[in-house]
Amino acid sequence: MKYSIPSLATAAALLPGATLAQDAAGFDARVNEVFANSTGWFVNLIFAPLPGTSFPWIVLWLVVGATVFTIYFGFIQLRAFSHAISLVKGDYSDPNDAGEVSHFQALATALSGTVGLGNIAGVAVAVGIGGPGATFWMILAGLMGMASKFTECTLGVKYRNEYPDGTVSGGPMYYMTKGFDERGYPGGKIMAVLFAIFCIGGAFGGGNMFQANQAHAQISGIVGDYPGWITGIVFALVVFAVIVGGIKSIARVTEKVVPFMGLLYVGTALVILLMNYDMIGWAFGQIFAGAFTGLGVAGGFVGALIQGFKRAAFSNEAGVGSAAIAHSAVRTKEPITEGVVSLLEPFIDTVVICTMTALVITISGVQMIDPETGLFILGDDGKIMTEGGVQGVQLTSAAFASGLSWFPYVLAIAVVLFAFSTMISWSYYGLKAWTYLFGEGKTNELIFKLLFCFFVVVGAAAQLGAVIDFSDAMIFAMAVVNITALYLLMPIVKREMNSYFDRLKSGEIKRHKA
Amino acid sequence: MSKTTLVVGLDGSPAGEKALAFAKRQAKQMGDCTIALCYVIEWSPFTFQTPEENEQRHKRREEELKLAHDRVLDPALASLKKDGHTATGTVRHGDAAEILDSFAKELGAEQIIVGRVGARGLKDRMFGSVSGRLVASAAVPVTIIP
Repeated sequence: MKYSIPSLATAAALLPGATLAQDAAGFDARVNEVFANSTGWFVNLIFAPLPGTSFPWIVLWLVVGATVFTIYFGFIQLRAFSHAISLVKGDYSDPNDAGEVSHFQALATALSGTVGLGNIAGVAVAVGIGGPGATFWMILAGLMGMASKFTECTLGVKYRNEYPDGTVSGGPMYYMTKGFDERGYPGGKIMAVLFAIFCIGGAFGGGNMFQANQAHAQISGIVGDYPGWITGIVFALVVFAVIVGGIKSIARVTEKVVPFMGLLYVGTALVILLMNYDMIGWAFGQIFAGAFTGLGVAGGFVGALIQGFKRAAFSNEAGVGSAAIAHSAVRTKEPITEGVVSLLEPFIDTVVICTMTALVITISGVQMIDPETGLFILGDDGKIMTEGGVQGVQLTSAAFASGLSWFPYVLAIAVVLFAFSTMISWSYYGLKAWTYLFGEGKTNELIFKLLFCFFVVVGAAAQLGAVIDFSDAMIFAMAVVNITALYLLMPIVKREMNSYFDRLKSGEIKRHKA
Repeated sequence: MSKTTLVVGLDGSPAGEKALAFAKRQAKQMGDCTIALCYVIEWSPFTFQTPEENEQRHKRREEELKLAHDRVLDPALASLKKDGHTATGTVRHGDAAEILDSFAKELGAEQIIVGRVGARGLKDRMFGSVSGRLVASAAVPVTIIP
């Protein structure tokens, strides 16, 4: 974290200055430069293409992982889908456990960490570079990712730590150490430490800076351009109030508003789709055609595939290990039930919400198509040209505005709230990794939380490219370690799964509600 | 086990006290009667929580149970026993109307006695108060003490 020191000094020197406005742009640029220089090597390593191709090895890694889990667990995402819904409804909840964290609450908490900018801005980035075809690969990756999520969340609950005061700590760090010990494999501790380091990076990156960055882009898109660090400081103060100040009321308001915003977002997307119902068939046509031909996007269909897979993984975090931390809090007697419930997350997040965004962008026609060839027109940067040259979250905003002109305002509020709830979730994931490395304790926790607030400011001030690349890289690095551990531990999950479904079939596990 | 069981809903409020007093009078008249106290901690499995709240949920639940016992249930039980009544007590999490009804069914109770608390918030006004919903759905007679 060397790069944080000079930028902190610059920030401190700048804040009280009279030449604030002039220097602000310079500050943004400087943060960005320091950022890109210090993280570039890591980004390059993670996204290195397979020899002789332009296909990043990490994308293959995730897809192979999800495919292996899908096959190994016999398409669990299809077989257990309706059981997952029964579990969330509470049909199998023992009334004597009332008052504990319910399956619904665990699902909602994990979802509020993943549903967010990835679904709005991330999809726009994917479709902006990879065209509508990226959507097809995104949906496919979402469906496969359900099996990865199932595996990691089952293990997260099985191997969590329960403390005498009744609190719990869980996540990949714990199944790596305890699970490896149980199976007699070496290296669990090293992997856990590596994972924890990447998780902290991911928390600062995708869980924080990316959120702050896109929230700023959204706000400045509406009120006009202004320096990013202003948004950063406001956000940092609110995050500080919640995670350090323990002001639960703010968190509670967001918790109530975020699901509402999620429904509003999907509802609005549906309204726009219905308004253009005659184009839905065409949009799906574009998605399928683009998936296999690319429709002229950079890199052809492989470009669309890479973008789709990348964004799906970044949005639903399947295989990354973060959800395993969130789900560990549930005191279920059957770890497998948490795994089953968690497989709904990639479905809701990617297959439902991300697809909505992609469809609206495709239908809006904001992306320019050459009328003669039917192919997309590419800009100099390799991205598809758009009306007004918008990218990222602003592309989504423009697409929604073409249907409902006032929607960008609602979207801005949604983005800010999503960004905020994702930050709160990731501050928890990062904190768990931090305390795993440095030990539990008030001082350790406070150091992490203050650093977290600081990175909110950095994220809002830095430019999109450097932040997105770094946050992607860190989160994918988590997946490298996590999926390796999942391969080694998956026989344990299979044993649990078979035992659970046998008992469910024999009636030993009863429904408590008709 | 006594011939009749009366379920009394307590919530630590004066209304609950009134319900308890009424149950005592009834029990005296009936003679062979068990008073089953039930304290419901309002809780729903369908709320939204932060990861940190989830992590501490088990601890909070234990604290809530202890508090309900210490402040409301145990003193009420002690006073009932002192007066020579047969009494049991339980604390549960959930929706008060649903819990009281299912508790009464479990015990094969004769009736449920609750104090009346007026509609308090918007939710009560829209969906009815606890006592209102209890009357609408209970499987046994419900006595509401004004």
